Amino acid sequence: MLSRVAESIYWMARYIERAENVARIVDANYHMILDLPDGVGEQWEPLVVTSGDEELFKQLYPAFTREAVVQFLTFDTRNPNAILTCLHMARENARSVREWISSEMWQQVNTFYLMVKDAARHGEVLELPHEFFVEIMMSGHLFSGLCDNTMAHGEGWEFARLGRMLERADKTTRIIDVKYFILLPSLDYIGMPYDHILWASLLRSVSAFEMYRKRYGQIAPDNIIEFLVLDNQFPRAIHHCLIMAELALRNISGTMRGRFTNHAEKSLGRLLADLDYIQVDEIKSIGLHEFLDGIQTRLNQVGAAVSETFFAVPLVAPAEQKQEIE
Amino acid sequence: MRFDQYETEGFFDEMFDPQGRPRPGTEAVVNRFNALPLEELKRRQQAAEKALLQMGITFSVYGEEQGTERIFPFDIVPRILTRGEWVGIEAGLKQRVQALNLFIDDIYHDQKILKDGIVPEELVLSAAGFRPQCMGLRPAGGIWCHITGTDLVRGGDGRMYVLEDNLRCPSGVSYVLQNRVVMKRSFPLAFDAARVSPVSDYVNRLLEMLQFLAPSRRDKPVVAVWTPGIYNSAYFEHSFLAQQMGVELVEGRDLVVVDDQVMMRTTTGLKPVDVLYRRIDDDFIDPEVFRADSMLGVPGLMRAYRAGRVSLANAPGTGVADDKAVYAYVPAIIKYYLGEDPILANVETYLCWRQEDLRYVLEHLDQLVVKKVGESGGYGMLVGPHASARERAEYAEQIKANPRDFIAQPTLSLSRVPTLVDDHFEGRHVDLRPYILYGEDIFVMPGGLTRVALKKGSLVVNSSQGGGSKDTWVVDPPNLPQGGASC
Repeated sequence: MLSRVAESIYWMARYIERAENVARIVDANYHMILDLPDGVGEQWEPLVVTSGDEELFKQLYPAFTREAVVQFLTFDTRNPNAILTCLHMARENARSVREWISSEMWQQVNTFYLMVKDAARHGEVLELPHEFFVEIMMSGHLFSGLCDNTMAHGEGWEFARLGRMLERADKTTRIIDVKYFILLPSLDYIGMPYDHILWASLLRSVSAFEMYRKRYGQIAPDNIIEFLVLDNQFPRAIHHCLIMAELALRNISGTMRGRFTNHAEKSLGRLLADLDYIQVDEIKSIGLHEFLDGIQTRLNQVGAAVSETFFAVPLVAPAEQKQEIE
Repeated sequence: MRFDQYETEGFFDEMFDPQGRPRPGTEAVVNRFNALPLEELKRRQQAAEKALLQMGITFSVYGEEQGTERIFPFDIVPRILTRGEWVGIEAGLKQRVQALNLFIDDIYHDQKILKDGIVPEELVLSAAGFRPQCMGLRPAGGIWCHITGTDLVRGGDGRMYVLEDNLRCPSGVSYVLQNRVVMKRSFPLAFDAARVSPVSDYVNRLLEMLQFLAPSRRDKPVVAVWTPGIYNSAYFEHSFLAQQMGVELVEGRDLVVVDDQVMMRTTTGLKPVDVLYRRIDDDFIDPEVFRADSMLGVPGLMRAYRAGRVSLANAPGTGVADDKAVYAYVPAIIKYYLGEDPILANVETYLCWRQEDLRYVLEHLDQLVVKKVGESGGYGMLVGPHASARERAEYAEQIKANPRDFIAQPTLSLSRVPTLVDDHFEGRHVDLRPYILYGEDIFVMPGGLTRVALKKGSLVVNSSQGGGSKDTWVVDPPNLPQGGASC
């Protein structure tokens, strides 16, 4: 498949996944606020901090108010990671590969984008934010479902899966990290019901609450970390995402497990191997925030290696094409 | 009750005769529309527009902020032709395309028609579409114009005339295919009753034709549609056709020429390409041969083409027959190559570089339509009767400065079709662009794109100038002998 096409499919899937996850983060925060005690102010800053766009926000808005943060993360097209911007980018990418994706997928990207663009113009959706953000999440699911059920599971589909899974792994690290930045009035709150409320809302924001309950029962931070980071069956757990991403990558290049033929396989394989064998105690001794930060950095390296391997094709005739790995 | 108040206002109407009776073949549609409450008609019109928007059947508008897209406005009243009339149109189009192809081949080889003085040599060699770089080229099968979209209009006398031959990269066929999908959804009963010839075969025919052109006799030749990219106004069509044919959609940056072989950059290295359906003008295809500043082209493409390693549809250089000045000679061209009289008539044309024609044009500017020979898309036109005295005076200066660049034609009283305007129907002027494929044989799609000037009284149907479109039905009325298939 054309390198340009592969790249566009990969980014299309990444951007849809990104938009959906921003909706998750914002929606979860709305819910959490309603459960927090009086005297604990609304906290919107952590959402921007973990998104990595703190500097940009400060240039554009005077304070981390609810309105400002929601506007910035949802509709502000000056923010490259706002939901509306992501959907615009997803659509531009989809538009350039319309002959590769199914027309149902294209229509869904289109409808999804128009829906949010429309909402941006009217603004009253934020009076019932939950409905709006659920609609965004559902639109994202609908797209993924169409992708799985109307597109041949060949190379293009694998690139979409690769993009989606790398993006989702990154976003799950950021969702868990929001918890790190939430300020409670005093240490007394740690381990108190409110702390549990935060952990529970964290689970809900990745649609993991019920699955977690079935597996572990009680809310316990260690178990939650184990579930969201290390579980290999839960679709939004970082470990599971990387297993799927690696599978996509190996299907694309046709390489057996245990070998590698390019930088993308090497960097992703190493990261996955670390997650295959790490345990919660080790994560805690590194520090959860530091550990998640490290994963984000390595996911960026994987992304760069994917670009270099598949999207930037060197100008040599196929006969002389060699993959050399130092 | 819908059409009770409808007035043909002295124009030739495609649906009603001057006495207000439905023309043969239109009864099913007229009855169906009459039976539907107004609210229901409007609801279906809106549903059709929404479907087109959701399918993303849009075109980009130049000159507005980048990425501005609009749907091509669509009207639900179809334009109807009977099979009986269509047979004649089809024969006329085949004849015309065949003759024009012989003309192009002759121009780039022996130029017999120029030596025999049938068409003025100076006129052809100075045409904007003439490409000296194409002299001596031998495209596969001797075919140059593989895909043609000929513009037809019906005058007040009820006759069909050819308005222009689009032999370069005619666009619009995707709208025909999508309009049909939308109409079948919106008016299944009327559609069923009218016995309409299907158009969906076009894509298969297009793919077969492109594969037929492949230079190597490989089992599965690699065909690709070549687009300038997502900001081109016809991008939707490029991607739609590639998708429907199941072939690659490539941009210039995806292609590279290695040892005279066109290759595309894939995730597993370079892969050869056999046939390019290019939707990009001659000027931009190869910076080594044509415009050196082209960012869209592929250096070395023409070398590969000359070496017979890749086929291009349409061939470069076909624009020479697209020139509006050459247009005036098409009847003579048909006679010269085929020894036949033209089946489809030309519109009477004045050539401003002829002294007596020039004088006549300048004296009758208020009655004529004047066009620049190298322009398309409705740009650079003067519609005399609708222009102000000052506009005509300014245009006259342009003509005098460059007579070679202008032709003029009588202002045709274009035929009209009822069109939904607010809560009633009004007549709007239309043209018709059928699509002709020239490969192993010549295929004409039954129907084509009916473009409609949505502004009251306007004669300009181009989408760039605010035109819309209608579905075109070639019907076999049940009471006539059967010819085509129904779907």
